[in-house]
Formats: sequence, structure tokens, C-alpha cells
Amino acid sequence: MAKAIREVYGTVLAELGETNKDIVVLDADLSGSTKTKIFGQAHPERFFNMGIAESDMVSTAAGLAAVGKIPFVNTFTVFLTTLGLIAARGQVCYGNLNVKFGGAYCGMSDALDGASHHALEDISAMRALPNMRVIVPSDAESTRWATKWAAENYGPVYLRLSRDVYPDLYAEGTKFELGRGAVVRDGTDVTVIACGLMVHKAMEAAESMAQKGVSVRVVDMYSIKPLDRELILKCADETGAIVTAEEHNIYGGLGSAVSEVLAYAGAGAPTEFVGIHDTFTGSGKYAQLLAKYGVDAAGVQAGIEKVLARKK
Amino acid sequence: MALSQQRERELTELCRRFRIDVLTAIHTAQSGHPGGSLSVCEILTLLYQQRMNIDAARPEDPDRDRLVLSKGHAAPMLYRNLIEKGFLPKDSMNTLRQTDSLLQGHPTNHTPGVEMPAGPLGLGLAAAQGMAMGLKLNGSPARVYAILGDGEQDEGSVWEAADSAPKYKLDNLCAVTDYNKVQLDGTTDEIMPLRDIEAKWRAFGWNVIRCDGHDLKALDAAFDQAESVKGVPTMIIADTVKGKGVSFMEGKAAWHGKAIDDDSFAIAMKELGGEA
Repeated sequence: MAKAIREVYGTVLAELGETNKDIVVLDADLSGSTKTKIFGQAHPERFFNMGIAESDMVSTAAGLAAVGKIPFVNTFTVFLTTLGLIAARGQVCYGNLNVKFGGAYCGMSDALDGASHHALEDISAMRALPNMRVIVPSDAESTRWATKWAAENYGPVYLRLSRDVYPDLYAEGTKFELGRGAVVRDGTDVTVIACGLMVHKAMEAAESMAQKGVSVRVVDMYSIKPLDRELILKCADETGAIVTAEEHNIYGGLGSAVSEVLAYAGAGAPTEFVGIHDTFTGSGKYAQLLAKYGVDAAGVQAGIEKVLARKK
Repeated sequence: MALSQQRERELTELCRRFRIDVLTAIHTAQSGHPGGSLSVCEILTLLYQQRMNIDAARPEDPDRDRLVLSKGHAAPMLYRNLIEKGFLPKDSMNTLRQTDSLLQGHPTNHTPGVEMPAGPLGLGLAAAQGMAMGLKLNGSPARVYAILGDGEQDEGSVWEAADSAPKYKLDNLCAVTDYNKVQLDGTTDEIMPLRDIEAKWRAFGWNVIRCDGHDLKALDAAFDQAESVKGVPTMIIADTVKGKGVSFMEGKAAWHGKAIDDDSFAIAMKELGGEA
């Protein structure tokens, strides 16, 4: 059953806290929204509400990690990765400390609150930090895995989470691996490499294109750092055209990361970038915003058509 | 236990030698921060050489005391103290700021004995707070020290931590302000007045102690008092002199972060009884 990503995260965190007593959770006065309240209710002695003070929260987590705790820091994605960034860089990543970042409302998922609350630069910022791993879950099962993975593996991890309900994509017990992507639909004419919500939009676009006789491969690139270079190059080789799809600025995010791999290898596959084209967004209903900014199935389809026209 | 006269004399002599070695390292590197390294000398030396429960033979001891040098630019004085405690090789001091040196321009926890990276100002108090929270969860008797500059308190993040540490009743946390009243561009009064710094920390709910930051006995008594207070963190406002011990550096913003030329170095060594 489809579930809100934040709800899954909060629930899994509370479950992990049952067995792993080193897990501590910090929030910046948004625990009702980020769903870390679930952890807070289950383990009040290991839950710290730091108030609206993101820098304080992340630095405090660095200190907790330095004495052996496994802190998860939480607030809206945009605040975590801006106000929390100096401590993420200067203490957590530079010190390679065991802090986990839960960015609760990625992309435009906090739709109605508007551009101030949309996070469209976070992947770019977080993947540029040495030692940081970046994971973007795409459904409930991958969120469960990502949260558990973060808790069980040493070092800084950024989880890009959503306020929204994502449809289920993976069966219970699916094996995920950091540094790997998953081919969630096979195809031969073009590959859409997507993350998060856009995996679902890519699946819809692939279905529409199939009716036009175009065979679209869809990759869920849930591990953005480290990135599955092998899979990207295999897709470029086998399908000859790439579309990246992300609910993020086209600068610095998944599209950029994929391009770095293609450029380095001299792969030469034409690439189209579906994402937010370097603009501030606005308030509105989520579905309407996704359509307005071209990050929906129609946007992915347009990207596929453009890249196919360029394909030699 | 109060500091004996004998021990005070020994520590005073260590401070003199540390000042010489720190200035020598900064002179050798032709880069670094003499002013704030000299002002924090007694604070760091008393903590590392007298009070803190740390042992280079057991660097991972979960119950060791921790110190976060939030004013990371005073790193040379931290390194000199760590050398004395056996965490770093004796001959490493003059590799300060050199490529591949253990002694980075600003501290990192990759250096033995250093507990937390520092450099961007305003972040160390919150990290020390996190340590204090974690140690309490662990049931550890260890104490945590955070050493702040005064200019650093321009940063809003300092006041975020000022707000949160009393909430968590962190009586195992003791912060010290190296109150030398000079920052990079000028005096704190010129650049960003701190106004009543004692009243500010008190208003945030801290146990506040004021003392002479170059008087080892006074500092020692302040740390004793901090340990005896339950339920709240302590902030020691230690009145210090920027560039303390070298007449032409004292109170001068120009010596915040400046390479020491050969002539100035020779005068400084003469004043401190060292070799140029």
C-alpha cells in the first residue's frame, strides 16, 4: 500500500530505536511534520527537540556522534541543507562523523508553502561534501531500506525524503545496494534515469511512449552518491540516449551527476535534463506545480521525444 | 583541590615555554594566529596539563574529558598542549600548516587528541553540547570544555547553543570565553560590541563566572566552582589580553593573524626568554 515517505521514515526510525539504543533523533520544531515525533514518543530520552535552530541541531549531532551516538537530524529539506550546511561541512563531513540527515520535504512536496519551502538545490549541496552519501528513496520499501542502511553503516548519510505519498514500486524484501541503481522497467530505445517521485513519473511516461511504439528503460537511481557508473554507461551503450529526471534544479543534481559519468567515459549519448530549470517555484497544489514546472509524466515524455530526435 | 604554589610555578613555566614554541612555529610557517594563541595560553594549559582526565595511552577512553576549541585559529596552542601530553610527536610543532602535516591550520579530529574539527566560528559550543548530552546518556562522568573567542560571539549559532544547553541541564559542560576584546578588524567594541557579556549568558540561564584568564589560580578556582554547580552549564568569562606576553602584540588587532617577521620574532623571543 502506498504510504507517505515521511510516515514510513518516522515509523522505521522508531522501530530501529527499539534495538539500537545508540540511535538518537533531533528535530528543529517540526517533528509533527517530519514524523520523528513517532520516535520521540517511543524513546523520549533519546529525542531532542532543538527548537528552530538548524545549525545548533547539526552541530549538536556532530558532538553526539563524537561520543558514540548515531544521531538523525531532521527538518524540512530546504532548511536542513542550507542553515544546517555549515555544520554538515565543517564538522560532520570534515570530521567524518556518524550523523544522518533526514531532509523531510524534498522538491516541491511542501507545495502550498511556496518557493521558500521548496528544496531544489539540496542534492547539489550535499553531494559536493566529501564523505557524504546521498540516497533518494522512491517508495515505502526503499525508504525502509535507506533508513536502516543509514543507521547500520558508519558515516554521514543524507536521506532525501518527501512529504508526499509515493506509489509502491518494490516488493517487500527487495535487495537494495548503496552505489547501485535499479532497472525498474526495461527498454531498448532510450533510458530515463530518475530519482524519488520522478521514477513514478518516468514509469507513466514510459507507458505512454510504449503505446507509440517506443521502448523506454527506466532506472531508479536511488543512490546518487556513490553513483552506479556501470549501469549508466551500460544504459548509454544499450539504448543510445539518456533522459535524467529529478525534482531538483537541473544544475548540480542527478542530471549533473549522470552527465559527469557520461562525459568522463566519452559515452556521447545525447542527454536531456528534466527538472527545475534554474528558477524559483511558487505556491500551488502539488500536481499543478509538477505540471507547471515540467516535472511530471508529460515533462518526462517531452524529454524522451527531444532526446530521440537527437539520437543518431 | 587548590593549585599548590609549586604546581602554579611549574604551569607558569610551561606557559612561557608554550608561548615561545607557538610563536616559533608561527614564525617558521610564516602564517598563523599569534594574538589569540597567546591569550588562550593559560586557559588551555591549565585544562590540558592539570585538570582534564586524558591519557595519550588511552585516546579512545569513553570517559575521557573532552575539549572543543571553538576558536580554532588558536590551534597552535592546542597542538603544543597535545604534544606535552604525548598525543603528538615532540618535533611536530614546526610542521604547522605544512603540506601533509598533522598540524593543520585549523584543528581537525584526524589529528590525535583533537576531538572536533573547528575553523568556521560559532559552531564549537553546540558540538560540545552534543558531547555533553551524549555523555550524560552514556552515564559517563566525563566533563566537556568549549573554548570560545569573543569575536566569535558575533555568530548567531553561538546563541542557539546558549539557548539549548541550559534546557538540557548540561552541568557537565563548561564553556570559557577567551575575552581578549580584540577581533580581526579591530576591537570588539569597534566591530561588534558585546555589551554586557556576563548579563547575556546569565539571561540565557548559564552559571557565569568572571575571572582573570591569565591567573592560573583564579582560573583553577573558576573550574572548581563550575564543577560544583548542578543543573546548569557554566560560562567562564576569562578576561585576557590579546597577544599576552609579547609587549608589542598585546591588545593589537594587527597581530590577530599575521606572519611574524624576523625582527619582531627576535624581540618576542627576547621578552619571553627564548631563542630567536
